[in-house]
Amino acid sequence: MSEAAEGARGRRAAALWNDILRFGLREAGVAVALVLIVIFFSLTAPYFATPENFLKIFVQIGINTVLASGMTFVILTGGIDLSVGSVLALCTVVGALIMTNASLPFAVSIPLALLGCMGVGGLCGFVNGFVVEQWKVPSFIVTLGMLNVASGAARVVSNNATITGLPQPFIDFGNLIVFGVFPSIFLIAVGVILIGWFVLGFTVFGRFIYAIGTNEEAVRLSGHNPRTYKIAAFVISGLTAGVAAMVYLLRLNVGSPIAGVGYELNAIAAVIIGGTSLAGGKGSIIGTLVGACIIQVLSTGLQLFGVGDNVKPIVIGTVIVLAVVLDAYRDRYLRVVDSR
Amino acid sequence: MSPPILTLTGVGKRFPGVVALRGVTLEVARGEGHVLLGENGAGKSTLINLLGGVYAADEGEITFDGKPYRPRTPTDAFRAGIRVVHQELSMLMQMTVAENLMFERLPQRRGIVDYRETNRRAAELLDEVGLDVRPTTQVARLGVAQMQLIEIAKTLVFESKLLILDEPTATLTAKEVDRLFDILRRLKARGVTIVYISHRLQEIGEVGDRVTVLRDGQLVATRSLTGLTIPEIVQMMVGRSVTDERAFRADVAVSGEALRVVGLRRDAKSPEVSFSVGKGEIVGVAGLVGSGRTETARAIFGADRKIAGEILVEGKRVTIESPRDAVRSGLCLMTEDRKGQGLLLGMSCAENITITDLAKISRHGLIERDEERDAATRLVADLRIKTPSIDQTVRNFSGGNQQKVVIAKWLFRGSKVLLCDEPTRGIDVGARAEIYELLWTLAAEGRGVLFISSDLPELIAICHRILVFAKGRIVGEVGRGEFDQHRILSMAYEEYGT
Repeated sequence: MSEAAEGARGRRAAALWNDILRFGLREAGVAVALVLIVIFFSLTAPYFATPENFLKIFVQIGINTVLASGMTFVILTGGIDLSVGSVLALCTVVGALIMTNASLPFAVSIPLALLGCMGVGGLCGFVNGFVVEQWKVPSFIVTLGMLNVASGAARVVSNNATITGLPQPFIDFGNLIVFGVFPSIFLIAVGVILIGWFVLGFTVFGRFIYAIGTNEEAVRLSGHNPRTYKIAAFVISGLTAGVAAMVYLLRLNVGSPIAGVGYELNAIAAVIIGGTSLAGGKGSIIGTLVGACIIQVLSTGLQLFGVGDNVKPIVIGTVIVLAVVLDAYRDRYLRVVDSR
Repeated sequence: MSPPILTLTGVGKRFPGVVALRGVTLEVARGEGHVLLGENGAGKSTLINLLGGVYAADEGEITFDGKPYRPRTPTDAFRAGIRVVHQELSMLMQMTVAENLMFERLPQRRGIVDYRETNRRAAELLDEVGLDVRPTTQVARLGVAQMQLIEIAKTLVFESKLLILDEPTATLTAKEVDRLFDILRRLKARGVTIVYISHRLQEIGEVGDRVTVLRDGQLVATRSLTGLTIPEIVQMMVGRSVTDERAFRADVAVSGEALRVVGLRRDAKSPEVSFSVGKGEIVGVAGLVGSGRTETARAIFGADRKIAGEILVEGKRVTIESPRDAVRSGLCLMTEDRKGQGLLLGMSCAENITITDLAKISRHGLIERDEERDAATRLVADLRIKTPSIDQTVRNFSGGNQQKVVIAKWLFRGSKVLLCDEPTRGIDVGARAEIYELLWTLAAEGRGVLFISSDLPELIAICHRILVFAKGRIVGEVGRGEFDQHRILSMAYEEYGT
């Protein structure tokens, strides 16, 4: 073989290697981490690698995944939504009240509850977004306010009581396991993720979400109004909080004004572990799903190890920070790969 | 003469794609007032940033106070006895005058700040420089001029030997300027050496003993100010001769009007601006930074506020309240700050191009990847953007290629009037020529181009006409054939007191 041909082949091989590296780093980094964690626990933790355990994990990631998918939109634009946990609480109360209304047949009350949850959630999101944009208040502050407002509203609406007695078909649906493998809750979560993935990856709206997070001023000077899109991101986060409230009701069968305490932080953790940058513009919703899985797998795995509830947060907290540190290294390395 | 306090020997600094400073050899005598002059981009800022420890020099030697001087951080500079007062003031707004003055050396007793002593010493310092403010006043309550004087007064706290001032009078009123010079003279009397950057030629004699002129990153000359006239100084600043006349395309006919601006006012204090740009015409805009060039372009485009004025695009009156309106009316703005305001740095070349008009490549809100790919590929080829793929992130592009992406995105939108603010800043010579050619092609297709630049030879090379801005208004208009660097520069400086 001539030297030139050999050189060309070497170059092609190097280019291919670069492509693999780039894909691995950019898209698959977190997924690889998840697979490694699953393998680790499967080999070491008793009962981890059993169908029952995986089913349990699938059910448990449901609420957080749905919340985190909406959170991904907000974080991609460079904002944050701290209100989703208590908006969820408010929505569980609203949804439960609608479904326990004796005058409505369940065929009406269940869809109506879903609409009610999404309506209340969407409205809270709209208020968040509108205040942030209209008066240029940091979203951290506005949604911190909403966290309290929604929590108070949940108490007022529910009269500070938990609401039980949901229709039996609804409860049955929550316990349904499709094909004996996929719990209904998991399918809902995956459905929400798929919608989010489609919107972010294939629509003009999704393009704007990324562009605004990358450089809002450039988007404005390109002749667009970023305001609408930023408000819409908060509305989406509110809508997913409403859907997550329905998932909560499916799983726990009770509407409660004290539901969802701290959920916003779990959702943010899933988004961040999934590789989305808090500065905005960078990340993916598939990463968010993987992030939610990592948190749950760690939690379950540690449980099976016999690590108590007191120690678990220490590990998970460390993982969150570690993920961001690794992300910074990944970025630096990606730039090296990109520039060669 | 005593030995120089500061010596630069063959100092150079380059940034990716540009040489900011080249082979500068300069001596500053102990206790003198040394004025640095030069047009925008001549290298003055780079020079003071090297001295202030913001950047490190790539080549050459600097000696300060008899010792080799290689600052790595601003702290090094300040420890060595050099104090730089930048245009952007860095005050601790919520703290008092005394705290600001003494911050780096707060008097303390066992780790607890001794406020009585702090205020006493601050009062002394303020008295010494003749500044009439109370030490306990919160800095945020002061005017910009007073803040600046406090920054300067800090020189005494650290017993700095060299004080560097970057256009200290740019925002001051005549009275405040007098006060500033008064303080500077006091400092000089105490033996402080002063390096002073200013655009106002008439005031440089106030504290200056000698003047150094920079041009294109190189030192032109250092002269004693005694007996030096202002026309002589302007002569030194007038740049290289225009090298490439071929950039101008005489064959392109100007027909009809692309843009007309009538009586544009940005705020109650700013003067009216009126001008027009023909189809097929490139109109240059000269003037100093802050003369209203960028501000006017941004106001036309709706990026900043305006209170009055009529804008006509191709003869039709348009209402522009926001960049969105402007883009819909056929205008585009290529901002001076390419990376900060023009590009989506973390996104791909294709995504940057299509952001101006996503409707064109989408159906029912869904992006048609193939159409986007085709459109971007075509523009990348037309503009000869050098990239292995349209999926590359523009962060890794050279300055020239990034600028081409900006042009491409507006071509994709089909803009009829191009407002270009410093489109060749930070771009190397080869890529510049390509940008000129490109702008000419666009003009030849019937577009109007407004070309703002601080590089006068460049304007002379490629423009039909040049508008000269000073103090927010157009002070002169020069047609091709009457182009004369000396004359244009004089106009730009005139308002500032030549």
